[in-house]
Amino acid sequence: MVSAALLATIAVGCLAAAARLRWASWPARGPYIAVITWQVLGLTWGISTIGALLAFGLVPYEKGVIGGLAALASDASAHGLYLSRLAETPLGAVRVAAVIAAFGLTLVLFCGLVASSVHVLRTRRRHHDLLELVSRDDPEVPGARVLDHPAAAAYCLPGVLRSKIVISAGALEVLARSELSAVLAHEHAHLRQRHDLVLLPFSSLKRAFPRVRMVETYYRAVALLIEMCADDQAGRERSPKELATALLRFGTAGNAQVPAGAMAAGDAEPEVVRRVSRLIAPAEELSRPAAAAVLLSAFTLMATTLSLWHLPM
Amino acid sequence: MNRLGDLERAVMEVLWAEDESLTVREVSRALADRDLAHTTVMTVLDRLAKKGVVARSREGRAWRYRPAASRESYVSELMFDALGQTGDRGAALAAFVRSMSGNEAEALRRALAEIDQPRT
Repeated sequence: MVSAALLATIAVGCLAAAARLRWASWPARGPYIAVITWQVLGLTWGISTIGALLAFGLVPYEKGVIGGLAALASDASAHGLYLSRLAETPLGAVRVAAVIAAFGLTLVLFCGLVASSVHVLRTRRRHHDLLELVSRDDPEVPGARVLDHPAAAAYCLPGVLRSKIVISAGALEVLARSELSAVLAHEHAHLRQRHDLVLLPFSSLKRAFPRVRMVETYYRAVALLIEMCADDQAGRERSPKELATALLRFGTAGNAQVPAGAMAAGDAEPEVVRRVSRLIAPAEELSRPAAAAVLLSAFTLMATTLSLWHLPM
Repeated sequence: MNRLGDLERAVMEVLWAEDESLTVREVSRALADRDLAHTTVMTVLDRLAKKGVVARSREGRAWRYRPAASRESYVSELMFDALGQTGDRGAALAAFVRSMSGNEAEALRRALAEIDQPRT
């Protein structure tokens, strides 16, 4: 029962930490650290929630989570899936329900990840196929494909062998040459650091819990941080100011017919403005001790959660 | 881009240029300057049909092929993906800037004017 209580506390703590992280100002100063923190928090939330349900449900075996699971398996196989030692204790029905909920949550999270990956791969293949047919090379942007469309767009299509950077004719028109190089550097950073893989678990969470607003909010927070990581990289390779003006030109070029609300509603500042202002007036980078402290507490939390799975109480 | 992609594009150009559906032989004839074997064109059309960008129908003993959609609609589909308007596509590709509302664009326009001013 002790481990169940502790794991539940950690699960709630993760949600509280995520809510604080969402509104904290330091992530913009250390986007890489913040992205890792988000990942650790997300993973720890999953492990602790599932662990808490199991720990509570498996109390009658008195072996903790890992030992309890083994006992559950042998109990189930010995009695033809009737969990005699769970069901016949006080609170038996609730405990069985908790175990079922734990397995259900695991399944939902796992299926979400698989479904997301399949969906992403399929979307990319279709996109890639069409791109081959309708895009062209342009001597002005070596290594990128050009789409003849008046709206401004630049993006990358990640993949192991077939990654591509695509830029629209509209974008070529509004960008100066130096700004264009900054944009390409930004997209190259996405491809090189495989930012799509970082985002994948969060988009699969979104898929698993489509109606939960909080998940959507956190997904956007991580997506914005990833953009900031690529901005920083491009700013180092080119200049932050070139990238900032490129961002502004994109924002003001021609796709204003998109209905409002396409971006996070309730955001006082649009995401692009936040990216631009930190490029133009960069705040001091997150100090090394502060970064180390954040990472250390995040990993301690995860290690504690994992060890609680082994606690036989 | 590889040779196969090149061929696929050439075949699509032929199909897009015509109003009606074409047989393999007619496509080959349109690409006569490339000196392609009949089977090569057939293979390319088959690949395009599998990708869903070409629709085929049987007429007598021959298949006839036509584009499943216009070139413009494919470009728009790609741009829709790119500007993040097709819903859950965030992880599939990463756009430099998502599309934004009129107010946001207006705020940016002002910011840009301020930056551009010293230069002019």
